[in-house]
Amino acid sequence: MLSNFLKVNSKALGHIRTFASKSGEIKHNFKKADTYLCDGPSDSTVTNKDELISFFTEMSRFRRLETVCDGLYKKKLIRGFCHLYTGQEAVCAGLESAITKDDHIITAYRDHTYMLSRGATPEEIFAELLMKETGCSKGKGGSMHMFTKNFYGGNGIVGAQCPLGAGIAFAQKYNKTGNVCLAMYGDGAANQGQLFEAFNMASLWKLPVIFICENNKYGMGTSQKRSTAGHDFYTRGHYVAGLKVDGMDVFAVKEAGKYAAEWCRAGNGPIILEMDTYRYVGHSMSDPGITYRTREEVNHVRQTRDPIENIRQIILDNKIATEDQLAAIEETVRDEMEKASEKAIAAPLPQARELFTNVYLQEVPVRGVEFVNSFKP
Amino acid sequence: MLRGNNIKKVNSLLVRSFHSTVGNRSGGPSTPINYPSLEIENAGEKQKMNLFQAINNGMDIAMQKDSKAVVFGEDVGFGGVFRCTVGLRDKYGASRVFNTPLCEQGIAGFAIGLAAQGATPIAEIQFADYIFPAFDQIVNEAAKYRYRSGGQFDCGSLTIRSPYGAVGHGGHYHSQSPESYFGHTPGLKVVIPSTPIEAKGLLLASIREKDPVIFFEPKLMYRSAVEEVPIGDYEIPLGKARIVKEGKDITIIGWGAQMRVLLQAVNMAEEKLGISCELIDLRTIQPWDVETVVESVKKTGRVVISHEAPKTGGWAAEISATIQERCFLHLEAPIQRVCGYDTPFPLIFEKFYVPDHLKNFESIKKTMVY
Ligand SMILES: Cc1ncc(C[n+]2csc(CCOP(=O)(O)OP(=O)(O)O)c2C)c(N)n1
Ligand SMILES: [Mg+2]
Repeated sequence: MLSNFLKVNSKALGHIRTFASKSGEIKHNFKKADTYLCDGPSDSTVTNKDELISFFTEMSRFRRLETVCDGLYKKKLIRGFCHLYTGQEAVCAGLESAITKDDHIITAYRDHTYMLSRGATPEEIFAELLMKETGCSKGKGGSMHMFTKNFYGGNGIVGAQCPLGAGIAFAQKYNKTGNVCLAMYGDGAANQGQLFEAFNMASLWKLPVIFICENNKYGMGTSQKRSTAGHDFYTRGHYVAGLKVDGMDVFAVKEAGKYAAEWCRAGNGPIILEMDTYRYVGHSMSDPGITYRTREEVNHVRQTRDPIENIRQIILDNKIATEDQLAAIEETVRDEMEKASEKAIAAPLPQARELFTNVYLQEVPVRGVEFVNSFKP
Repeated sequence: MLRGNNIKKVNSLLVRSFHSTVGNRSGGPSTPINYPSLEIENAGEKQKMNLFQAINNGMDIAMQKDSKAVVFGEDVGFGGVFRCTVGLRDKYGASRVFNTPLCEQGIAGFAIGLAAQGATPIAEIQFADYIFPAFDQIVNEAAKYRYRSGGQFDCGSLTIRSPYGAVGHGGHYHSQSPESYFGHTPGLKVVIPSTPIEAKGLLLASIREKDPVIFFEPKLMYRSAVEEVPIGDYEIPLGKARIVKEGKDITIIGWGAQMRVLLQAVNMAEEKLGISCELIDLRTIQPWDVETVVESVKKTGRVVISHEAPKTGGWAAEISATIQERCFLHLEAPIQRVCGYDTPFPLIFEKFYVPDHLKNFESIKKTMVY
């Protein structure tokens, strides 16, 4: 969990602290967000050594998590549907750094990374993917069905999570918690009618919900250009304020996230953040990801906008750490994920009775094929 | 081996049940199942096709013969997730074969409006599990259009295709069998094919049917089921079951991918119990072929019905109720339903969940010794 993360982080930071002691605050400029019905945040931020290393470490963990998933899938240990987040790490890392753990997040099926950022252990994520008893959902759902504290999934039906996000936000308002809910969706999902129903309710009742469109340019094999009339997802709420953010720059995301959270906490109602991002990998494991876009297009983004490489560059440019020190962090992260996946692989499968549990609150007998009897969990 | 009562005259072709090819009767899980091909008489040239190719071929013929036929859905322009529409855009152009945005309710509503204008929409919902966002349009608009306008409007030329059922590792949202929800709705027809030859003939009949049809395709079989499929135009009538195999001791009823499982169970039962089973493929879920079923049950007095969907409120319940109304005095044992459990479709427990040939065999055995 968080302590776990800090352990990894500080271990790697051991040498770095002394090394970078002379460096203080670092100014970072990023692409100014396009705005709609609001002013938006500034186009620069001040960061420091700790934050840079923390972003580097966290995003490396996100990426490594998915790389391990990819490997487990190819070894046929993970079965079923599996969607990786590779390329989009800055969105998750930036948003998480802009809110607190008491705020709420709900997303679609590209959810492994959000589990990690919310504080779940890599082991319970892998275990869920491997359908093990120790998985976050007891191995019942796999990749698309992950849940943890203040993280409401992991939703496989495209668009369904957005009205839920409005409901979660209503509870925050009603209970005066001061917390916000992030409702994540994709450029493909942006065309589901439910989303517009959620926009309206959230506006009508001034709910503290941040709708976040992770525009990675494709919904499965369909380019956003072919699926969506008007490509400005951040203005599609009409009466809902919006920002279009460079989703490959973790600082741009963080500042937009902070701005949006403050907007919501001040009682202004919902706001939309369109994250200009990109997925490097196929939609799911069965999609090679290059039939509807060119390899060059993917490589170009990787080479020019990669969120982790960007941070690495800032760190190196400012002499916050050496390449070797960053490599040491990556090594620690690799180790963490490797150990977690080994543990998950070794974990037991769920008991058969779990087929019948959690259907209803009361564990009612479940009818099946038996002549007269039902199964009792 | 021709069943006279199963001969159908369609488009001057004779469709008949032909089951002399039932091969290995030893059954058992490792025995490859030799599912009997339906013989299409005067069908002309044939070609080896799997299920998705047969469906593709059916849509190709429909589009070729009906200039008002259009195909659309999520990613269908590229061939769709299961390749069913592959090549159609190249052949018929992007104005007749097109991708829709990701919006099932919109797709269904759009298709209904288009059908009401006399076009022949063939809409694809990527997975049957995603048909639920479109449920309202299908149940409230499509099903009731003719009725609520007193016959002034209808969307009878509408066909909605969607892959359904277990696939080995689909989990909660890529495995469901929602046929009962739609079978329960007056005004809709629901069709589920079980082989490539049947899929093509039933699809062509569904597309040309003058009532809206929901056509569920067994996705498990898209690649695995291969047959010599006639390349010409033929239809298999809706509302008519197929007696896949005649028998006298017990009637076994199923549809779609379950047919292979049932044939396996039947082979096993015939070998191990020395009985003779009659195997019926319902093919059309609504309106289903009551007469063929009733005739069979009056002969055998014993029934097992099997589907993947959960037991409670599944289509087997409807069939059972009708059988007891029509065949009460002929029944020798309670009607058995071998179905999915009343749980969401599981990921890890799929093998345990599905009504496999062993569960069906057990049920046949119990029914025989009742
Ligand atoms: C209601 C529904 N329709 C279709 C699908 C199949 N599907 C899964 S993901 C997806 C594309 C979604 O694209 P987008 O919203 O851009 O998210 P991304 O995959 O890019 O993260 C589709 C069509 C689904 N899961 N649910
Ligand atoms: Mg997308």
